[in-house]
Amino acid sequence: MNDVRIITGNEAAAQAVKLAKPGVIAAYPITPQTSLAELLSEYVERGELKAEYVRVESEHSSLTVCISASTVGARVFTATSSNGLLYMHEQLHWASGSRLPVVMCCVNRGVGAPWSIFNDQQDSFSQRDTGWIQIYCRDNQEILDTVIQAYRIAEEVYIPVMVCYDGFILSHTMMPVEIPDSGLIEKFLPPYRPHTILSSDDPKTINPVFFPSRRENSKGVLCDGYMEMRYKLQAAFEKSREIIVAASNEWAALTGRDHGGMIWEYKTEDAELVLTGMGSIATEATMAVDALRDERIRAGVVGIRTYRPFPKEDVAQAFKKAKAIVVFEKCISYGYEGGLCSDLKAAFYGTDVRAPIHNYIAGLGGRDVKTGELVDAARATLDTVGSGETGNKTIWLNCHTGIEAEDRG
Amino acid sequence: MQENIFKINEKEYILPGNRACQGCGLSLAYRYILKALRENTIVAIPPSCLCVLHGLYPTTSVIVPALNTTFASNAASASGIVAGLNALNIPDITVLALSGDGGTYDIGIQSLSGAAERNTDFIFACYDNEGYMNTGTQRSGATPMGALTTTTPVLTKQEPKKDFLKIMEAHHIPYLATVSPSYPIDLYEKFVKAKRIRGTRYIHIDTPCPPGWGYPVRDTVKVGKLAVETGLFILFEIENDRFRFTGRSKTIAERGKLTPLVNYVEKQGRFKKMSIEQLGTLQASVNSRWNECLKRAEG
Ligand SMILES: Cc1ncc(C[n+]2csc(CCOP(=O)(O)OP(=O)(O)O)c2C)c(N)n1
Ligand code: SF4
Ligand SMILES: [Mg+2]
Repeated sequence: MNDVRIITGNEAAAQAVKLAKPGVIAAYPITPQTSLAELLSEYVERGELKAEYVRVESEHSSLTVCISASTVGARVFTATSSNGLLYMHEQLHWASGSRLPVVMCCVNRGVGAPWSIFNDQQDSFSQRDTGWIQIYCRDNQEILDTVIQAYRIAEEVYIPVMVCYDGFILSHTMMPVEIPDSGLIEKFLPPYRPHTILSSDDPKTINPVFFPSRRENSKGVLCDGYMEMRYKLQAAFEKSREIIVAASNEWAALTGRDHGGMIWEYKTEDAELVLTGMGSIATEATMAVDALRDERIRAGVVGIRTYRPFPKEDVAQAFKKAKAIVVFEKCISYGYEGGLCSDLKAAFYGTDVRAPIHNYIAGLGGRDVKTGELVDAARATLDTVGSGETGNKTIWLNCHTGIEAEDRG
Repeated sequence: MQENIFKINEKEYILPGNRACQGCGLSLAYRYILKALRENTIVAIPPSCLCVLHGLYPTTSVIVPALNTTFASNAASASGIVAGLNALNIPDITVLALSGDGGTYDIGIQSLSGAAERNTDFIFACYDNEGYMNTGTQRSGATPMGALTTTTPVLTKQEPKKDFLKIMEAHHIPYLATVSPSYPIDLYEKFVKAKRIRGTRYIHIDTPCPPGWGYPVRDTVKVGKLAVETGLFILFEIENDRFRFTGRSKTIAERGKLTPLVNYVEKQGRFKKMSIEQLGTLQASVNSRWNECLKRAEG
């Protein structure tokens, strides 16, 4: 009998962590991640999960504890949100630069100032370039499945993985989730093997100062300089795409659940209006597509599951037939546009994808995003393109910008 | 086992050719620390002179497994090493976090306080050279009043040194001690003792620094001794909240007399702009701290 429970996104993540059996957990509470940190401490105190739980005094320290424990050879887990993630910024780079397979959940929340405890994706988006794989989940089952896949991916390519899911919308909403049995996890997830051993048998100084050029070691062998180390991280990212897809496919074969490796698609076969986004707003877009199809508009969704490495070839393929593209985003790169929108445009450059792109900034700081609003936005885009306007646009959805008032004079 | 200069571990863990300055108090101290802790030690290192001492990739002159981390995080990094070793059931490894005063008093205080409050099973040693030396002698919370630094270049530091030992004492950790590389046996014995104790152990190292303090490289040991002779730096240990003088400070407390502070101050270029009032204030605080220690030793 399958073990199906009605649980929140945070509990789904906690259940996944329990199955992945990390040796060390370190976390610091922040809304909406808190119940995940609490649940894990409960599992550990009840003896259901045999792990060292370090109750640190900050997020900077929670990630540091994970970094060092991972260096020593333990599988590790941490989780945070919002300003907690921002506070980790220095260590995010340190983890990826050290090539450590840290797995972290980012329960997406807006960042201060001003304070908001509610959902958007500015937190993880603003950590995009820290050298972490970022995967965005759509529902609680995907959270559980992705956390387990994340260990497999991270430990194979030695890149840390951030599993992102929307605060409250997923973290605090109950849904049926199937909990796989531990035998299945053992099949899927081999034990973690660290790339370097810290031991007095072969003493090494890890992560010392590097000089710009390559230097010889004591045996006269020319070793990597800083730039070679950086190149290797980038090369590992390029390689990680196939590992992410393979992990997803193998998981699908074992469980029957396929969330897509890099991207997923919904009713795109004949779609000329293609909606896209990451996380729960992309799920919302699938409902908008159903409504649009009721109006005989041929719409579909291409969901971005893996944001880094960016699925550049997948999107060039998936958007090929699009006549109009609508990007819904819960974050912005100030002074330009939504980050996903920019990345898509860059990926489309030099390909056959030349459709106009409308970028809707939506749901910041938890502002409700209703399916109807996405439908209206998508329809408006289609109308504009239909009337021959080919330019790209950035529009703030359901936001009082004051522009209408000025227009009225 | 009482160790003395003839019984000190003969093995060297810092080979010739490390990147510290000539006459560096840190390399003197580090040499004896590693002798005392021996193999089965992992060192956590923040950006600092220690990081530089360890050398440039891919060579190092220090035979000890060591992990570099960021400036604020050394105690957390050590906590992670401890947690990782526990998770993997690897026993009998001493984890030493060695940080400068900046990495202890200032940017490192949060992670250190957290680790000490959790009574993490590690030794945190602060080598206090009283400034940000790696970045070129800027003022830190450990810089004494009246010292010239590159960020107090005209007026000297106006505020007194933070009483960090009190802060650490308030954590009620199992072991707290002060050492000076000018008294290597006292230093050695305290690290040997600390290695055997479980929980958080904090050891404070007075660390003379020729370029930062402005004295000739040959005088490191002399300056370190003067710090103790004047009572500016007191050798003691606190075990389970019980205070005890040790080494030279014990002798002075029992039958000696403190040397006036001016003898210490006049040897160092950094104090050349120290005012008479500042010297008076400093001397008064040395006296009152010394008297406080005398009282505690009696009690
Ligand atoms: C977050 C951060 N801020 C600043 C620095 C620059 N920095 C490197 S070492 C250092 C001073 C270290 O001082 P201390 O801890 O006293 O060690 P010392 O250099 O004196 O040995 C500073 C400011 C840094 N590496 N990281
Ligand atoms: S600056 Fe001072 S502490 Fe740093 S290496 Fe030189 S002498 Fe040692
Ligand atoms: Mg210093």
